[in-house]
Amino acid sequence: MAILGAINPMLSVGLDGDNAWRLADYVKRGGYTALRRILEEKLPQEYVINEVKKSVLRGRGGAGFPTGLKWSFMPRSFPGDKYVVCNSDEGEPGTFKDRDILRYDPHSVIEGMAIAGFAMGAGRGYNYIHGEVWEIYERFEEALDEARAAGLLGKDILGSGFNFDLFAHHGYGAYICGEETALLESIEGKKGQPRFKPPFPASFGLYGKPTTINNTETFASIPYIINLGGEHYLEAGKANNGGTKLFSVSGHVNRPGNYEIPLGTPFATLLDMAGGMRGGRQLKGCIPGGSSSPVVPAATMMDCTMDYDSISKAGSMLGSGAVIVMDETTCMVKALERLSFFYYEESCGQCTPCREGTNWLYKIVHRIEHGQGRADDLDLLASVTTNIMGRTICALGDAASMPVQSFIKHYRDEFAYHIEHKKCLVPVDVQRAGSGFFTATV
Amino acid sequence: MEIEIDGKMAHVPDGSTIMDAAQQVGAYIPHFCYHKKLSIAANCRMCLVQVEKAPKPLPACATPVTNGMKVFTHSELAVKAQQGVMEFLLINHPLDCPICDQGGECQLQDLAVGYGGSASRFQEGKRVVFHKDVGPLISMQEMARCIHCTRCVRFGQEIAGVMELGMANRNMHSEIMTFVGRSVDSELSGNMIDLCPVGALTSKPFRYAARSWELGRRKSISPHDSLGANLTVQVKNNVVMRVLPRENEDVNECWVSDKDRFSYEALSSPARLTKPMVRIDGSLREVAWNVALDYVTHALKDVVGTSGGEALAALASPHATLEELHLLQKLIRSLGSGNVDFRPRRRDFSTDGRLDGVPWLGLKLSEIKDLDAALVVGSFLRKDHPLFAQRLRQLAKKWGKVSLLALGADDPLINLHARMSVSPARLPLALAAVVKAAAQLKGEAVAAELASVEPCATSQAIARSLLDGERRAIFLGNAAEQHPQAAQLHALALELARLTGASCGFIGEAANSAGGYVAKALPTALNAHSMFAQPRQAYLLLGVEPELDCHDPQLAVSALKGARLVVVLTPFKDGAAGDYADVLLPTAPFTETSGSFVNSEGRLQSFTGVVRPLGDARPGWKVLRVLGNLLDLPGFDYDSSEQVRDEVAPGGEGFVQGLNNGLHSLAVSLPAPTEALQRVADVPIYAADPLARRAAALQKTADAMPPTARMNTQTLAAVGVGDGAAVRVRQGNGEVVLEARLDDTVPEACVRVAAAHVSTAALGEMFGAINVERA
Repeated sequence: MAILGAINPMLSVGLDGDNAWRLADYVKRGGYTALRRILEEKLPQEYVINEVKKSVLRGRGGAGFPTGLKWSFMPRSFPGDKYVVCNSDEGEPGTFKDRDILRYDPHSVIEGMAIAGFAMGAGRGYNYIHGEVWEIYERFEEALDEARAAGLLGKDILGSGFNFDLFAHHGYGAYICGEETALLESIEGKKGQPRFKPPFPASFGLYGKPTTINNTETFASIPYIINLGGEHYLEAGKANNGGTKLFSVSGHVNRPGNYEIPLGTPFATLLDMAGGMRGGRQLKGCIPGGSSSPVVPAATMMDCTMDYDSISKAGSMLGSGAVIVMDETTCMVKALERLSFFYYEESCGQCTPCREGTNWLYKIVHRIEHGQGRADDLDLLASVTTNIMGRTICALGDAASMPVQSFIKHYRDEFAYHIEHKKCLVPVDVQRAGSGFFTATV
Repeated sequence: MEIEIDGKMAHVPDGSTIMDAAQQVGAYIPHFCYHKKLSIAANCRMCLVQVEKAPKPLPACATPVTNGMKVFTHSELAVKAQQGVMEFLLINHPLDCPICDQGGECQLQDLAVGYGGSASRFQEGKRVVFHKDVGPLISMQEMARCIHCTRCVRFGQEIAGVMELGMANRNMHSEIMTFVGRSVDSELSGNMIDLCPVGALTSKPFRYAARSWELGRRKSISPHDSLGANLTVQVKNNVVMRVLPRENEDVNECWVSDKDRFSYEALSSPARLTKPMVRIDGSLREVAWNVALDYVTHALKDVVGTSGGEALAALASPHATLEELHLLQKLIRSLGSGNVDFRPRRRDFSTDGRLDGVPWLGLKLSEIKDLDAALVVGSFLRKDHPLFAQRLRQLAKKWGKVSLLALGADDPLINLHARMSVSPARLPLALAAVVKAAAQLKGEAVAAELASVEPCATSQAIARSLLDGERRAIFLGNAAEQHPQAAQLHALALELARLTGASCGFIGEAANSAGGYVAKALPTALNAHSMFAQPRQAYLLLGVEPELDCHDPQLAVSALKGARLVVVLTPFKDGAAGDYADVLLPTAPFTETSGSFVNSEGRLQSFTGVVRPLGDARPGWKVLRVLGNLLDLPGFDYDSSEQVRDEVAPGGEGFVQGLNNGLHSLAVSLPAPTEALQRVADVPIYAADPLARRAAALQKTADAMPPTARMNTQTLAAVGVGDGAAVRVRQGNGEVVLEARLDDTVPEACVRVAAAHVSTAALGEMFGAINVERA
């Protein structure tokens, strides 16, 4: 099954395992009607952008920026080349929704991108696909071939005179290439390093031309917005948080996987859909939006609804919708050590605070976890994260710092215990029992 | 735009950054990656400043100024941010300042005093970065010191035109390196050493030689190419320890070429001549100055007395100072001879007596950046004129259409508008084709000589680029001046300039190529070629090594060997002079004498000695003055080199008078090109003058590899050998055995054999007929 569970689904309707991704199946589900309608009824570009604005579709990649607003930044009258780029470089730990969209429903992304190209007057699009999901890249290429053969891409689409070429491009797995300007550099054949902004991609993007970059799920939602109308789409979610969203639930739950729910659904409902806590254990904390969002302790989390505003009020971010569930057997120091290693490893090395700081953070957390922490280490961690945050070229520095800050804020006693007693507060055998990997007890 | 920085108001143009504005008001913002000549990377984050209403500190180098912006460079927020960055920079930086070459002139060291803590909070092991070998000039031995500012990378991409260094890997494992195992071969590479804000890239020849605070800084002028780069020469204990660029935006900007930078090694080489030498019983022996001068005076008097002044000839190097050139021609003329010249690599002298003034660049160097189009004729641009080429590279990057009409397809690393590579014999025809194309485009009649010329698409494209736009220029390079039909090329270039409205000028071969004309070190009788073609009894050589510097070394050396008297004023005792010289007089190189050079734009730049002459060496102008006195010639009573200079160029420093590239009474005529096998001789960059030839490190670079016989596939097949085979190369009576190399950029029916190298000194004319056979 493509999607393990859904409430009022849109994106996942009719997806039947591995068999329903082809063009014919997509058309049977009502695919390409939005694009057809726009081109046949000669709807103006403003209409499309307005519908997207009305839908209050917020970027599904992590930042949650309103898509319609982003599209309106694009200089539509700019003569020359313009680009739309799909960011399928899904590298955020915990996130695996775009992979499934491209695997089970690639044509929704193609249709969404074609509509975006039409709305912003861009004649060319690229879908940058994460390098570690090669079969997804191959499938997308196949879907592109189908769309081209059916006259849904290329010159004079459906006889309308609208031209839009779409290409797939795969990366090699660097997390930083998910940062939109690093992604552009990578498409250009350069080393994937974020650019300094301003200028923003809307004025100086791919090959120096106006470019709009959106997440895969964002593009996949566009056909539904056009078909339903922006207002209806918005109503599917809650105010200021339009539509439904895919959540990648992982961690200590019984049925980890992708779930589609309307924005605003309570966290408890999502947790139930995912089969509840594994082994009936207690929830300890949850990272609600991918590894770079701050951790939220159990009590606060259970009161949250899954939407941008509620999670933000809880002091975290909805991010990409990657819900990492941690139960009482988790050692928070060890969890943080793993996250810090990831950010250290994936820092592009371009700017000083991130290159040096992420490594330092990891070294300190690693030291604490391995019983060599020092009394002032928590202050040092706080100070290093302050020196990184807001001082880097891109958001990776912030992404590396926020977990550190939130873990220490909410689980300070665990860190202090680790430093003082040189071992975990959660006994190792409890940790192993909870991990699901160790069967023998210590 | 109005901006307030630390309470001071500044008005800056639209598009300026906070850094620009801060420099205007004199507020210093600490930085590492920012450099005014390079693109903005904003990666070191040292220049974070507080901007009113901005939630977080912003990098001054990359943040554009908005109207009414209020910036605080030293507020608590700004300084905290800067201190935070400094801490990060230092955590993995080895604190090996006491043994680091950069110590004392290190930006990181300086700023660490202001922004660093007194102790580190980082107590883990530091990053270890493996050393790299990138050639004989740059040391990358301690790459752990690197702070990843990428200045060196950007310099390669943007200024040198070739990305030889890059940053590999991610995160704190990022490393500056070349592509696997390659060396850094750019002729501008040394500038990366200056750009490196820490001790990661250091100068290999200078390593561990001295500390920066022990060095005296003296101003000087480069004696090498015609740019006249401004230098800072650093000395310790009367020895030149290294050479650095001295910023002059109008001349060398803030760069110097590797030749300017590393040639200083020759100044203290064991080959230096420190005592006069006179041939006694067949071998050269050291003697005292008075003995040597006495010998020369008597010998000269004898030759002139018995055979007349015309039996005497003098040849000077175009690298000699204005003062030396003036005194040499004055001496020779006073002795009744008109055989004096300073252009040993020239072959065609038919413009002599027809020039309207001093040949020069035709415009100022600083005007190159505003050109719309430029055509360079007959130049191995990058190697002949590294920084001139750099200016054209920047021009081509902006909007300028730069075209090249050359004798090979050497990559100038310039985004060229059009290029033609032809054999030397066809060069005048190729230029004539551009002239004709320009005339046709303008609808003007062409001279009868050009009637049969058929412009190709490329020549039309070049002509069109020269007709478009406001400011255009035509430059004749070294090969165009050394060409056997140099006068025709000159006349054709003038005609093209007339048709298109472009300026026309010479890039100039050496430091004093324009200065020699100012000093009138020009023949009234025999020129640099005919003085050897019609052997004289006595020769006076000033700083020139005819076996390497002459257009036809074979001819020159045979004339010198047959002469009764050869007096050589030179700083060096090695070389072929030992075979033919009767007297060697030790003269001082540019660091040990005062003097002046006139660069190709006509800028006269005087300099003083930076160290005392080595041993008994004496400034050339003093030696010539004393010779004049001893020969009882009038007008040789000078007290200083300034007196000599003022006699030649009364204006002193600044632009000289009489710059004019015009020609009179010289008709265009195009002889049919020869189809016979022809030599194409370039002068390799580090073989171009006596100093560079003796610079140890430069001689280990890729550019100093021994010459080969380069031919294209057809020529190689006609000779009947393969790539890498040994071939016997013959010109006139001389022959050498070289390695044959396949090089399809060599024009048809040509063999490219470099000049100015010992291994090819036995050969003849640079662009003469040549014979190649299997060895």
